[in-house]
Amino acid sequence: MLSFLLDPFHYDFFVRGLVVATVAGGLCGMVGTFIVMRRMSYIGHGLSHSVFGGAVVSYVMGWNFYLGAGLWGFISALLISWTARRRQIGADAAIGIVTTASFAIGVAIISKARRFTKNFDAALFGNILGVQPEDVFVVLGVTVLVAIVIFFAYKQLLFMTFDREVAPLYGIPDRWMDTLLSLILAATVIASMQILGVTMIAAIIVVPAVTARLLTDSFAHLLFMATAIGTLCGLVGMLLAYYLDVAPGATIVLTAASIFMLTLTATSARKRLQTERARGRSVIESAGSGSFERR
Amino acid sequence: MSDGSPAIEIERLRCAYDGAAVLEDVTLAIRQGAFVGIVGPSGAGKTTLLRALLGAMPRQVGSIRIFGEEVANGHVPRLGYVPQLETVDWNFPVTVREVVAMGLAVEGRLFSLPWLTRTHRQRVQTLLDRLGIGDLGHRHIRDLSGGQQQRVFLARALVREPRLLLLDEPTTGVDIKTRHDVLHLLAELNHEGTTVVLTTHDLNSVAAHLPQVVCLNRRVVAFGSPASVFTPSVLQATYGAEMVVLRQGDLTVIADKLGVFRDITDQHSHPEGADHRHAAIPIETR
Repeated sequence: MLSFLLDPFHYDFFVRGLVVATVAGGLCGMVGTFIVMRRMSYIGHGLSHSVFGGAVVSYVMGWNFYLGAGLWGFISALLISWTARRRQIGADAAIGIVTTASFAIGVAIISKARRFTKNFDAALFGNILGVQPEDVFVVLGVTVLVAIVIFFAYKQLLFMTFDREVAPLYGIPDRWMDTLLSLILAATVIASMQILGVTMIAAIIVVPAVTARLLTDSFAHLLFMATAIGTLCGLVGMLLAYYLDVAPGATIVLTAASIFMLTLTATSARKRLQTERARGRSVIESAGSGSFERR
Repeated sequence: MSDGSPAIEIERLRCAYDGAAVLEDVTLAIRQGAFVGIVGPSGAGKTTLLRALLGAMPRQVGSIRIFGEEVANGHVPRLGYVPQLETVDWNFPVTVREVVAMGLAVEGRLFSLPWLTRTHRQRVQTLLDRLGIGDLGHRHIRDLSGGQQQRVFLARALVREPRLLLLDEPTTGVDIKTRHDVLHLLAELNHEGTTVVLTTHDLNSVAAHLPQVVCLNRRVVAFGSPASVFTPSVLQATYGAEMVVLRQGDLTVIADKLGVFRDITDQHSHPEGADHRHAAIPIETR
């Protein structure tokens, strides 16, 4: 039994995959806090699909993945952040155009070439086997960088997230902050894509923050909790992926969804208990004061 | 307290959204230590004027000086600004203290440490204590009464220790008691030397009690004490509707001529006087 549990740790590829999944989970949870609270979840979803186009193009052209997909991702992010500011189109429609077109480019190239269906699956759903040593450095590097940026720009980012209209009136450089958040999101998507898969990233960005929201009313606590939940999802999901032989993107998302459902059930039950207790108290008080409830 | 030099000097200001002028040829000087209400119909440019003072209106012509310093596009003077409470996302996960700390987000630097320094923390607490919400710092903003919510956003503005405080409709959507509390608090701050400028569409229970009123409808129609400004001709020019001004001693009541009758017949459907131009029968003295 013990050897069954410890076996995978003898494989370098698995240890690498586990590190990348765990760190990427935490990164997505941390960045997701700002994305979800800014109501930008749809942008996260779109951006991950958009990056897929860049990944395929860089594969076909033989470029380095991070160079090709990275450049593509940053450009899409800036385009999205720019179109989202234009009021007359409607941000969601504009984002839909940019990202779906980009995704379609990837699909078109793949169906034309028909050579790399395996990598296609990996890009969409994540893959344990594909993690190279350089991927570990990239995800660690991006996480450290993003954490530093969030650390020093925390107050500004929080104000922007809370009230985008008023923040610039208090001297927050709103356009810079928008761009910064878009770039952070793009870097997160690119660094996590290999292990989580394009179609699953959005969920791992959204679910930890939403789960943490059920547990706290403070933004600072939310940020820590979402990071912790994301990390846990990455770790547990990756182990499940190995033992169940399922794509890691799927197991990580399912882990996150389960944690969310558990939290929702627990917090709802607690709330019901509190209201019932409060009602019980008020009945006792009114009985004590000699008045009767009319039925 | 006041040395007589202006807190706000606006000269021939023109602001436009997509070519359509919202403010035109606005010239106005407000002295230091003043307490001014800006009134006017919806779309008169009240909020735009506040935004222009905050340096947030692109494409404007004319000049604005605050305490003698020119406000350029994109240059934000250090003022206290309280937005309309309706615009706040009450479900957002922030505590009272986190909101007030936002007022300190930019202290001359782009990047700063994520937590408050000890002096800033003390400043926040002292302010919350002063506003009577000292023990609510850890509360979520939704779990507060209307008056407490208004105080939180007032605290966010005051924590910057501004000499000029701008408030957008601070008495809209709050109950009578909160309205009294807010006006009382603002009067107190004004008494200590802060220049206060607020917008309101409540002529009777807010504007009539302020020392000075600006009647705005794209241009400044009139500026002065309520007694001198609230005349049928000025109100007609501001609101484009005929109004009746009733005076008795210190008490001024303004009523829409048609509205007097409509209010009586509509009383059941609009108990609160949904249209601001109709007098809500405010029998209050100063």
